[in-house]
Order: sequence, then structure tokens, then C-alpha cells
Amino acid sequence: MRQEVLLAMLAKEPSHGYQLRARLRDALGPLGDAMNDGQVYVALARLEKAGLLAAERPPWQKDGADRSDRKVYALTAEGQQRVAEWIAEVSWPRPDLAEFHLKLVAAASAGLADPLTVVDAQRRELLRRLRDAQRAAMAEPAGSDAALLLEGIVLRLQADLRWLEACEGSWLHRRSGL
Amino acid sequence: MNDADTPVLRARGLRKEYGTGEGLVRAVDGVDLDVGAGETVAVMGPSGCGKSTLLHLLGGLDRPSAGEAWLNGRRVDDLGERALARMRRTEVGFVFQAFHLMEELTAVENVELSALLAGRSPRAARRRAEELLERVGLADRARFLPSALSGGQRQRVAVARALSNEPSVVLADEPTGNLDSAATLDVLQLFESLHESGQTLVVVTHDARIAATADRMISMRDGAFVDETRLTGGTTGRLGALAGLED
Repeated sequence: MRQEVLLAMLAKEPSHGYQLRARLRDALGPLGDAMNDGQVYVALARLEKAGLLAAERPPWQKDGADRSDRKVYALTAEGQQRVAEWIAEVSWPRPDLAEFHLKLVAAASAGLADPLTVVDAQRRELLRRLRDAQRAAMAEPAGSDAALLLEGIVLRLQADLRWLEACEGSWLHRRSGL
Repeated sequence: MNDADTPVLRARGLRKEYGTGEGLVRAVDGVDLDVGAGETVAVMGPSGCGKSTLLHLLGGLDRPSAGEAWLNGRRVDDLGERALARMRRTEVGFVFQAFHLMEELTAVENVELSALLAGRSPRAARRRAEELLERVGLADRARFLPSALSGGQRQRVAVARALSNEPSVVLADEPTGNLDSAATLDVLQLFESLHESGQTLVVVTHDARIAATADRMISMRDGAFVDETRLTGGTTGRLGALAGLED
């Protein structure tokens, strides 16, 4: 995940570290569990060093103690500028279609494996993930931010599975043509 | 008569052939299958792979050319016509892609019909039908004709009908094939709830979403099973990667 995300989550108002984490958790739902708090604080420290964030310690805290949770993080002018650029940027999805495609081509041409077996293995994994994403989506209250994210994952997996179907059809056809 | 170890459905060397000589087609070519009580199994495969024919053989809608099939431990491939019709009525529930509702009958009449045919009293059949429509979320549509219902609602009526005689197994053939994505979601949730209530279910489908509700997925090609996998056993942690939260 890009560090600009953290900046953008602070754009609404200066926040304590724990408030920032709570906001991420709300938006991500069960996927937020995969987030590592330590990494969030490392990223915040980096952004502070780069001058994109200002962190204010509460006055009663001693100089030496580093209680990231208790600091209040706010965007600097430079940080606000970076967030605006990031929001306007169009990012392209990076599915590794070519890698899988070439795996099938190489498997078939060198006789390394039956491409259909490779397709089957891939489908198993995608279906397991689809099952998990679908169950997680159904468990979310309708209209929640996290439900929308999970729906996106479900749709991506469906697209991948449809492409696998096309791969299966094509390689099946080539095999029977031999 | 069905103990825990007896599969609800069992097939051994099941085969269905059409045509002869050069034109011989093996639609189902030596299938072995066991489906345990309460299990949901999805069969996926390209069109023409034989998955619908398999479902018809399992449900007694068609007879195999060779091989054996059992329902609750009872051999069914060699039953006479009458016994087979009786088995279909009382022990199997069917759900089809095109719903197959009777257009002249209301929702509740469609659902109670199979209970009436199975010899229940009109009063008991009606009560049961109303309960089932409630279960599929259509209590307020009981007096509607199918033509006044959406595709998703029609399929839910069809599922209620399939459950009417408390079948040992529900066999579904592309149940979401004619539905848009919102209606598909309704049917998905309905299948999840059937699954949770312990209903044994076999669904043949193209639709990955409905297949992903199953405990077990079987891939079929050219009439035979080529791959099988258990879908249970969570991987939720890895969903983060799909959302771009991990590298």
C-alpha cells in the first residue's frame, strides 16, 4: 500500500495515531486485520522525516519517550499538495496475466505440464479466495465501506475465473485438434 | 434408514452414451461420486462437458447406459418407471436454470403442487408451502403469478418448491444462469442458508460465485471428473493481497 494513503487519511483533520488506525479499520473491515500497526508507525515516521507530516507530542510527555500512539499527526502544506496529486492520479491495476499466460504456453510447448492441469490448480486457489471474499462480504452490514471493498475483490476474482474458463476452452480445443 | 456413513448420493462408473458407431458421444464417461449428508458439492465445466446429463442421471430424470447409482444406500439406476417417478417426487428436489414454474398457478400453488402429488392433504400442503415461501423471503408474494415476479423471485419460488417434500438432496442445474447480479446474490444467500440448515446440495454451474458457496468443487471435462478440491479452510488473511494491502 502506498504511503500517500496514510497522508490522505489524515487530510480530514489532525489525528492521534490510534484514531488513524481506527479510521483504516472501519474502511477495510476484516481486511484491516492484515495491517501491521508497527508498519503504520514506521511509515508515519518516514513521512514526518520527509516533511509531509508534522507530529506533535503532548506537552506532558517527556522528550525521550516515543509514544507514537499519543502523537497528533497533521499534514504539512507539502503533504496536502502530495495528497491532492495522489487523488488526481490514475493508477492501473497490475494483474500478472502475462506471467500465467506464458506459463501455459511454455508448459505446453516444452511438455513441462498439461496446461489444463495448470489451469485447474489456479482455479482451485481462486475459488477458495472467492469463497472467503464472498463470505466476508455477506457478513458485512449492507452499505458499509468494507462491503464495497470486498465486492471489488469478488468482481476481480470473477473476472480472473472467467479468463481461466477461456484458457481452459482454448487449450482443450488445441489438445483435441492434435 | 440412512446412517451417518452412508452417502446420500453415490455413483460408480456412471456412463451415458448417445448415438452409435462414428456418431457415438459419451456425455458422461465413468463418473464415481459420493456426496455425504449435509454436503454442498459444485460441479463446474465448459458447456457440453456432461454436467447437466450427470445431474439428470443422479436425479433419476434419465437412465445411465452403464454404471450404478444409489440414493440413501438404495440402488436407483435399475428401478422401474413407477418407482423412479416416486423417488423423484419424494426424495429429490430439482432447481433448473429456466425455473420451470407453471405460469397459470400462483407462487404458493406452484410450491404446494409437488406435496399434493406426493399425497399430502390440501390443508397440510398449503401450510407447508406458505412456510417455505416465508423461508425464501416471499411470504408477501404467495398469491402472485410467476409473470408478476422478478427472475430472482421466481428462482426462489422454484427453490421453495424443490424443498416441499423434504428431499434428501437438492439438485440444481445452473440456478443463476438466467439472473442478473443482484438476483444472483439473493440465490447465493438462499443457498448459503440451505447449506447451514444441513440440506445436501449438488449444483452444476458455470457461475463461480455459486460454485464458491460449496464445500467441494469438482471440475468436469469431456464427461469425466478431472479435478476436485475442498474449498473450506479459510484463507481470509490472503485477501489483503488481492486488495493491494500486501505485496
